[in-house]
Parts: sequence; C-alpha cells; structure tokens
Amino acid sequence: MAGGISIARAWRKVSGSDIYYSFRTSRITVAAAIVTAIIFAACFAAPLIAIQDPYDPANLDLGVAMRPPVFWGGGWDFPLGTDDQGRDMYSAILYGTRLSLIVGFASVLLAMALGVTIGLVSGYAGGATDAVLMRAADVQLTFPAFLIALTLDGIVRGLIAQKVLPFDHDAIALPVIVLSLGLSFWPQYARTVRGAVLVERTKDYVNAARIIGVRPWRILWRHILPNAMGPVLVIATINLAVAIITEATLSFLGVGMPKTQPSLGTLIQIGNDYLSSGDLWITVSPGIMLAVLVLAVNLLGDWLRDALNPKLR
Amino acid sequence: MLAFVVNRLLQAVGVMLVVALVAFVISNYIGDPINNMVGQDATHEDRARMRTELGLDDPAPVQFGRFIAEGLRGNFGISYQLKRPVSTLIAERLPATLELVLVAAVIALAGGVVGGVYTGLRRNAMSSRAIMTVSLVGVSLPTFVIGILLIYGFAVLPKSCVEGMHLFGRMLLTCAEVGAIALPSFGRGDTVELGSWTSGLLTADGWRHLVLPGITLSLFNLTLILRLVRSEMLEVLRTDYIKFARARGLSNRAVNFGHALKNTLVPVITVAGIQIGSLIAFSTITETVFQWPGMGLLFIQSVQFADVPIMTAYLVMAALIFVIINFTVDVLYAAIDPRLRSDRAGTARA
Repeated sequence: MAGGISIARAWRKVSGSDIYYSFRTSRITVAAAIVTAIIFAACFAAPLIAIQDPYDPANLDLGVAMRPPVFWGGGWDFPLGTDDQGRDMYSAILYGTRLSLIVGFASVLLAMALGVTIGLVSGYAGGATDAVLMRAADVQLTFPAFLIALTLDGIVRGLIAQKVLPFDHDAIALPVIVLSLGLSFWPQYARTVRGAVLVERTKDYVNAARIIGVRPWRILWRHILPNAMGPVLVIATINLAVAIITEATLSFLGVGMPKTQPSLGTLIQIGNDYLSSGDLWITVSPGIMLAVLVLAVNLLGDWLRDALNPKLR
Repeated sequence: MLAFVVNRLLQAVGVMLVVALVAFVISNYIGDPINNMVGQDATHEDRARMRTELGLDDPAPVQFGRFIAEGLRGNFGISYQLKRPVSTLIAERLPATLELVLVAAVIALAGGVVGGVYTGLRRNAMSSRAIMTVSLVGVSLPTFVIGILLIYGFAVLPKSCVEGMHLFGRMLLTCAEVGAIALPSFGRGDTVELGSWTSGLLTADGWRHLVLPGITLSLFNLTLILRLVRSEMLEVLRTDYIKFARARGLSNRAVNFGHALKNTLVPVITVAGIQIGSLIAFSTITETVFQWPGMGLLFIQSVQFADVPIMTAYLVMAALIFVIINFTVDVLYAAIDPRLRSDRAGTARA
C-alpha cells in the first residue's frame, strides 16, 4: 500500500516538526482547533444534520413562528426555537454559519490572490509600477476595510438601480459581498509580499535561477513566493476572522445577505426586531455561534503568528 | 522637520485627490443625475437640454475640476431620497456623530489606560487574568452584538421586570432598583441648540442617552488600548532605569506612574489618535443599533437606497477627517521622536 506508507511518512514528518510541537503544547490552541474543526464539520454536514432546509420557503410555517428554545420552555421539535417566519433556528444557524464561512474563505482567497500578485509584481518590477501600486495600497489603508466594503456594496446597488447590472440584488448578494470584502483586504498581503520580494530578490538562489534562464514569473512563483508564504498565512488566518465579522456586520446593517438566505449577521438582525418584546433567542444563539467561531479562529491565528516567528522560539 | 511636514502635507493632498476622483467617478457614472432629477415622462430633448445646462457634456477633466470646486464650497448636490441639499443634511447630523465619538474616545482612553496599568502591574493576579480573558472575548464579539446585549440588559430587561423575578436562581434586585439603572436605547434625548450645533452634552437626558452607545462604540478600542498599555508596561517594567528607580528608594507610586506609565504613553497616543478615525467609521454600526441620528446612520441609509450624493459626500468627509488625523499623528510623532524624522523623510518616498 503505497498510499498508506506515504501517509505514515507524512505524519512522521508533521509530528516531528517544531510547529506541531508548539501546537501540541499549547492547550488553548488545541481547544481552539477542536472547536473550529467541529464547526467546520457541522457546516459541511449541514444538509444531513439539519432539521430542515432554511432557504426553502416551503419549509417556513407561520403556525410555528416564534417558538422558544428547549431551555426556554419550548419543545424538542425545534431545539433552538424558531424565528418570526417559523424557520427552525438550529438549521438556520448551521446554514448561516456555513454561509459565513463560505464568504470568509472566498473573500480571503480573493484578497490573497489579488494582494500576492500585486505584491510580487510591485516588488519585482520596482520603479513607477511599484510606486503606483504601493500608493494605491496606502490610500486604501487610510480607510477601515469595513467602510470600503460598505461603499463597494453601495456602488453595486447603484449599478443595479441604474439597470447597468441586470440582476436583483438579493440574487447576487453572495458574490457582491465576497467581491467587496476581497477588494477591501488586499493591501496587507501586497505590502507583506512586496517586502519579502525586496529581501529575497537580491539573494544568491534568485540570481542563480536568473542566470540559468528561468523566466521572471517562474522565479516569483516557484522560488520567491514559497519563502514569503509564512506571513501571508498568518495574515490570512487573522483576516478570516475579520472577514467573518465584517460580513456579519454588513448583513446586520441590511446591506449583506438577504433575509431569504440568512447568514449569522442576518439572523441577528431578524432577532433584533423582536428584542424589545423580550424574545432574546433569535439574537443570542447566532450571536454566540459567531463569537465562538471568531474567537477560535483568532486564537489559531495568534498561535500561528507566534509559531512561525523564529524570534519567539 | 519642515521637509517632513511638507512631504506629509503633499501626501495628504494626494490622498484627498484620489478620494475625490473616486467620488467623482461614482457620482457621474453610477447615479445618472438626469434620470434622478426628471420624471419618467421627460422628453429626449428635455434631457439633452438639461445635460448641456448642467455641463454633463463637457470633457471629463473639466467636470472633475468643477466637482472639486463645488466640493471645496461644500456643495455635494441634492439627496435623491430626501430631496434636500446634502451639505445641510450632513451639517445637521455631524454634531451627533462627533459627540458620540468624543464620549467613546474618552471612555476607551480612560478605561484602557487604567485597565492596562492595573493588569500590567499585577500580571499574575486573578483579577488581571479575568480582565484579559474578558477583553479577548470582547475583541471577538462584533460591535453590534455588544450593542444589542447592552440594550437588552439595560433597556429591555428593566422594563419587563416582574416583582420577585429570579435572576440566576437568586433574587438580585427589586423592580424599583432595576428601574433606576434602566437607560434609554434610542436616539439622542433632549438636545440644546448652540447656533447650528445641536448638543446633547448639556442636558442630563442627553447624557443618559449617550451611555449605552458610548460604551458600545468604545469597547473595541478600550480592549485594544488596554492590551497595548499592558504589554508596554510589562516591557518598561523590565528595564534597568525602573530597577534603578526602585534602588533609589522611590515610592511605588512614583516608579509606576512617574517613570513607567510615562514611557508607555507615546505609542498609546499614536494608536489612540489613529483609532479616532476608525471610531468615526465604526460609529455607523453603533448609530444603526441605537438609531442615533448621526452621519453614520445617514450613510447606511444612503447605501441601502443607492443615494449617491450622500454616499460620495460622506466618503469625502470621512476621508478628510482620516487624513487630518493621520497627518496630525505623523507630525506629532515626529516631533516627539526625532529618529522618525530623519530616516522617514529621507527614504520613504523613493
């Protein structure tokens, strides 16, 4: 079994590494990793373990609207209660978390792809290209990413209102929010990668590659980028937490995911309307889910930053 | 130093020009101004005539020049949604936002410095660990969730008080006591007109309305400053001059506050300064949660309705405030720390 042997060998390699040691010895990081893994698994398995599909309007039954959760005097048919449309909160939270994670990962990947490419080009080309790209990053870093994402969303809404884009906003809410977040977060990656390129490009291995005729793009991707990936991964992890929070905030403000396809932020917004009548559960359970998810990802990010920092070893 | 200031000033103007260009592109190419001004039944000729009268047929650079000139005069057009001049709307809303940001900044600075010094001096005490854990949770809870929880705890719960209510299994407070800690969660309360500035800082009711939104907006920055002060304190307390000060027999008070705290303040001032800009941006969230009639609420509504004049005006205003703050912090920092002056002015703009 060649596969078995290579897996065993890979595991030996991982379990003997410094990073695994620092992971294993940090109890809070292991806890955070377990929590994150459980949340990820639950979200992947959402269609299997959910009571209903919360995005299917046929499942909404106003007859069972506003049922409280079990620990609030409700029944076991809706363990976390229902919202104002009769949507099961447990299923809605599973699907909502999945949506938050999809948005988070997609926007981080977009920002990373954009930022890494711009950083590589900027650092390698130098001169005017570098100056223009880095000033653009500077200007964008003047503003909080949240504000930029909000503005991009408003621009798309304007284009839809002017019928430049032939879509209904609700139908394209997911790609719009991924695009807004991705375009808001690229400068940090670009700056980090550019800095790494400036350091690496003068080193002997790069000169050697150039002399034997390796093309610039290949040098950048295959030789320089792997040496700059550590900090990029750290930024990406912390960025994931920020992206999830930002998506939730935009949805809460009513400019993110629509009520027909609620993410965690949308669920909290729905619950906010019923807060004054004391019906707390629609807000609290997605709020706790959001906080736990963000806290776990943040803890992993903090650990990764320290583990990859040779000064702290 | 002069070269540094001029350099930074040029950079600030550059940022503003880029922002103005973005705002110009948004307002000219996203909201078709004619469509938003005339009704469905305006003829093609009418539209063409209005285009010419408004100068929308001029070359783009000419229009951009006019856009900047109008912007400098404070004219950002008329809101599509509210049918009133944007400059008036913003002037009405600005005091509410600035007062909220001011209160939040004071809470964040005071709480952050006090908490940071305390946890820095007693790093192993249970109370310090508790504060640090709570602050980690505070960073992970989004602003709007904190706001909602505060509204529930201090505005909704007291109203729904039932005599003999049990909280966590034991009776904590009577309804009269609960009613006394109830706080308003909606709007600004009583305000006083001072010329064109409406202030909520001069009435007791205005202050009561400020408490919950002020705390909500400040919490993130409070934890940020707390963690910063703590780590700076830990760093400074390890230095030789602190050991020497103790060896000289100075009182704890003199060492901790006169020597240690003083040396932690430079980075704190920088971070706090930059964070004031983010407070203005994040006040959009707090204002929505508490229906606070400020610029942020106006902006969110303009995004929801694609009300382009308000969006662009808010962006330009926010950019101006950020740029002024960043410029001031840069210059102040350079004035405090001469090392920054020489190497930044020389190499930064290569």
